[in-house]
Amino acid sequence: MAVAARSIQRTRWIKLQVFRYVVFLLAAIFFLVPLGAMVEFSTRANDGSRTLDYWKAIPSYPDLTGAIAASLQLAVITSIVMLVLLVPTMVWVRLKLPRLTRIIEFMSLLPLTIPAIVLVVGLFPMYIWLNNNLSDSILTLSLAYVVLVLPYCYRAIDAGLGAIDVKTLTEAARSLGASWFTVMWRVIVPNISNAILNATLLSVALVLGEYTIANNLLYNNLQVELVHLARDNAGVSIAVAVAALLFAFALLVVLAFVGGRPRRVHDEPATALAGPLAASQT
Amino acid sequence: MTVAGSPAVTTNVGRPFLGGRRFSLDWVGAVPYLAYVGLFLILPSVIIGIGALLDANNAFTLDNFRNLSRSYVVKATIDTTVLSAITAFLGAVFGALLAYAIVTGSPNGILRRLTISASGVLAQFGGVTLAFAFIASIGPAGFVYLFAQAHGFDFYKQDLWLFEIPGLDLVYLYFQIPLMVLVFLPALDGIKPQWREAAESLGGNTWHYWRHVAGPLLFPAFLGSVLLLFANAFSAYATANALINQGQPVLAQQIAGALSSEVGAYEPGFAKAIAIEMIIIVTLVTVLYTLLQRRTARWL
Repeated sequence: MAVAARSIQRTRWIKLQVFRYVVFLLAAIFFLVPLGAMVEFSTRANDGSRTLDYWKAIPSYPDLTGAIAASLQLAVITSIVMLVLLVPTMVWVRLKLPRLTRIIEFMSLLPLTIPAIVLVVGLFPMYIWLNNNLSDSILTLSLAYVVLVLPYCYRAIDAGLGAIDVKTLTEAARSLGASWFTVMWRVIVPNISNAILNATLLSVALVLGEYTIANNLLYNNLQVELVHLARDNAGVSIAVAVAALLFAFALLVVLAFVGGRPRRVHDEPATALAGPLAASQT
Repeated sequence: MTVAGSPAVTTNVGRPFLGGRRFSLDWVGAVPYLAYVGLFLILPSVIIGIGALLDANNAFTLDNFRNLSRSYVVKATIDTTVLSAITAFLGAVFGALLAYAIVTGSPNGILRRLTISASGVLAQFGGVTLAFAFIASIGPAGFVYLFAQAHGFDFYKQDLWLFEIPGLDLVYLYFQIPLMVLVFLPALDGIKPQWREAAESLGGNTWHYWRHVAGPLLFPAFLGSVLLLFANAFSAYATANALINQGQPVLAQQIAGALSSEVGAYEPGFAKAIAIEMIIIVTLVTVLYTLLQRRTARWL
């Protein structure tokens, strides 16, 4: 009896392992082939041999290099505005305005439920006004991008602040005569540096991949330009897409290693990544 | 907004730089954030809500909503719903299988950590790059297609379906499956091995266990995940627009079309009405999802 039970267990275990490795193999094929194909496509010459011509041609498209520069600037501006807006507010709310916690959380997470294409419709008249009265620079896009990255950055910073005792640290610093600026800059920020890095990298990755808002507000950021260029020269376009992807991947590796421990994003996947988040990207 | 009585204020140890502190000015600290969000999140929402009810001369009208019955909008709504339903269901099934393959392995194994991290990245990997990835692989010049064609399997013999809705069905799975892994894994992790042992000690076989124990427990979570994936696909725009530039088959493209004067007429009020249609559908689905999540939380 015991032997029979064990052999049933054994058969089941083998079946399970076969099932698991078939699933992993199929998943690996489905997810890796398209990525590899981009590298292959961007290095294939017309006669089928390998070439780096597409990669070398990148600098010879001024519209493209301009769009790359614009997207990088947008990423930097968006991250800075986001941090300046979010970190002091969240610290202040924790210390002085606990009643506002729910409101701030709700407002910060709200963009997850609003598809980017819907947000664009509301922003459209605002940007017409902005173009006519203040500036028609592509960098004004960062005003909208801050809203786009808000939910992800809110969660990252909230996790960071939750892990330290903000109140005690602040009271200690204040009782020693520190100004509020000193408290923020020399006490809070160094203690949540991981969370700040996390939030910054997330917002950089999101901004570099953003297409919906820029395209419909008629700005040529990196992704919009890639689509334009793909109609003339798909090879160069895909080469730049690969480069952008590798850059984003490098950021994520930095994220995983600088922290030194598994990030919250992965600890709470259901809440961290739920919601129609792809609205911003897809 | 009066915070004078809140505990944080009364126990505040900071220097009393405002004297009495009965009437606190603490709320001023939240003003920049609230003003920013009000300007770039709330105001756009208000603009959509009001603008949908206005015609070109800013007079009240319901025409924008009546125009939702235009045949091409109805068709786009149906097509997008079907597309979202198919990719949500298939994504959920494949994602659940992948999640099951993960949980049956070692809880701290490299395979588990790798798959979850990759899912976190791929669930967000949408847009232009995703469209490129599929064009480069199975597009008419992609190596997979060229290989298949050279071996007598020309899957574009009938038509170039990659650049039509069936193409989106396939491409959307690329971010739907990882999203499913992320949202379904916690539910699977909640299944206790003791339950299976209990079922076996009562004489149940594998089928009984899945039919009467694990199945009913996981079903709300599964259904909830399908809804989340549906909302995710329904609001997607960039991938569809990068892949399909003929005919705007997806509802999000119809919104964009009504906003621009490139295709058809510039109808900002109409764009707002379609936006409201979309947000109603997405909100409805999201609310159902939240309710199902609560039901799941009871057991798992």
